[in-house]
Amino acid sequence: MSTPQLELGLDTFGYVTVDESGQPLPPDVVIRDYVEEAVLADSVGIDSFNIGEHYRPDFMDSAAHVMLAAIAGRTNRIRLGTAVTVLSTQDPVRVYTNFATLDAVSNGRAQLVVGRGSLTESFPLFGFDLADYEELFEEKLDLFTRLLRDQPVTWSGKFRSPLVNQYVTPALPPGHLPTWVGVGGSPQSVVRAARYGLPLMLAVIGGPPGRFAPLVELYKRALVAYGHPPLPIGMHSHGYVARTDQEAVDIQWPYWKETFEKAALERGWALPTMPRFQAERAEGSLYIGSSETVATKIAAMMRLLGLSRFDLAYATGRMPHQQRLATIELYGREVIPRVRELLADHPVPAISTSYASAGATAQPGV
Amino acid sequence: MSSGEAGDRRLGIVGAGRVGTTIARAAIAAGYDVAISGSGAADRIALIVEVLAPGARPVSTEAAVSHADLIVLAVPMHRFRELPRDLFAGKILIDAMNYWEEIDGVDQELATAPSGTSVVVQGRFPSARVVKSLNHITYYKFDEGRRPHGAPGRIAMAAAGDDRAAVAAVMQLIDKLGFDAVDAGPLEAGRALEPDGPVFGVSYSADELSNLLLPSASSA
Repeated sequence: MSTPQLELGLDTFGYVTVDESGQPLPPDVVIRDYVEEAVLADSVGIDSFNIGEHYRPDFMDSAAHVMLAAIAGRTNRIRLGTAVTVLSTQDPVRVYTNFATLDAVSNGRAQLVVGRGSLTESFPLFGFDLADYEELFEEKLDLFTRLLRDQPVTWSGKFRSPLVNQYVTPALPPGHLPTWVGVGGSPQSVVRAARYGLPLMLAVIGGPPGRFAPLVELYKRALVAYGHPPLPIGMHSHGYVARTDQEAVDIQWPYWKETFEKAALERGWALPTMPRFQAERAEGSLYIGSSETVATKIAAMMRLLGLSRFDLAYATGRMPHQQRLATIELYGREVIPRVRELLADHPVPAISTSYASAGATAQPGV
Repeated sequence: MSSGEAGDRRLGIVGAGRVGTTIARAAIAAGYDVAISGSGAADRIALIVEVLAPGARPVSTEAAVSHADLIVLAVPMHRFRELPRDLFAGKILIDAMNYWEEIDGVDQELATAPSGTSVVVQGRFPSARVVKSLNHITYYKFDEGRRPHGAPGRIAMAAAGDDRAAVAAVMQLIDKLGFDAVDAGPLEAGRALEPDGPVFGVSYSADELSNLLLPSASSA
């Protein structure tokens, strides 16, 4: 399995979208629409489609591996990943079986980002205490990396039953199921990713992306300290591409405002305003504009932070399916080629793929 | 030497996450002698401090507290009760923490605190002189919002506390860090600085911030 030098993909949380008259669509229609969007993404040359994990009525991404398998059956090329897998409230054994099987049916195209996510409803839903987050994540990441790299596994921990000489199927060929660690800005999370020898996915959803440069430096130094080779660094941020900057703002703003007003009231954030929205576009973490505007900003940030992967969390909010398809088309046909062109003279250094599966030894016959 | 005197530029920071390292970096830039601690031994945060707050010294929690009269408390809110009750005896303790349910879990005492979370912190550390501050501006503004005293357009930060001398010392720190300082009044008035309050996460001038904090802001 080869790793593309630059990986430019899409993220979605499966927002429940509205029809042309503003009425929410039924959940099953929403889910099939996202599968169609991924099929389009594949046809326009986008490298990956990555789905989140939420358990709320306004998000339809509670079973990403099923949607990704449906997409796998309709495509040959696009990589199939998670924008986040909330590993703390999952069983690492099930995550392994689900995504190793996805990798098999997709002929080697599965990938993961494991992390916190920004919403926490999975904790009470699955019976976990948020205050245990760090311990849960550490323990489950430990088990998951063992399953990737070191089967059969003998393991014990605090939060799930032990494994003794356990094979978990299917075995992955070497270099499959690359597993990235999503971080939001915590230095401890960055150091943990380095300690495990896993590539880093920066979730940058507000403020100037350049302020992550010290965290990138910390990651690189920590990799050296832990004796790991250089590993890739990626970033995901929100955006929308249209034919002009103004059109992109006009289309995205109402859904942005609606989504973040709701979140602000729930979570005590400052309310979204157009000046703040524009400031985020100009200097912050929003990639909203024409193909040239978005491509220029993506390339600049990838160069600034030394990234080899960027995922656009496209079309935030309840935006209708047709407008989502339109931005996917532009992102694949115009933005991505332009980013590659702008970065052609700044090649990304070769990196090790030791962060993916080690290739299990032959499992015992039944 | 008591804090607030011109010569004392020592700061101790308990907590080496995003908040603690950001404040350490700003304090180093302001010429402070900074000692910072994390949840384990000093060597566990040495690399983090070297990269994110070069010039600050990673030390044990006890050493960070004994380093200065002015201490910043920047641990995750769901862990502050792990610290010993008399750890900050006699210190000016700047409570820079914020309660976030999605990070800290449901904490009934904090969620329902009628006078704000810093009053709960004061209750946990009765021998400390708690001042609520450094918690309400977006953390990256600590880096890019710094301006020298008297520069136009400085962002403001507020300080709330019952010990007036402690508040004055914290206001001097704010000024040296590069921001205008606003006295927000007694510790319970600090509730207005919390995430669900009227000023959180937005940059204001001193006049704007004072007006938003009225009537809780006491006159100078």
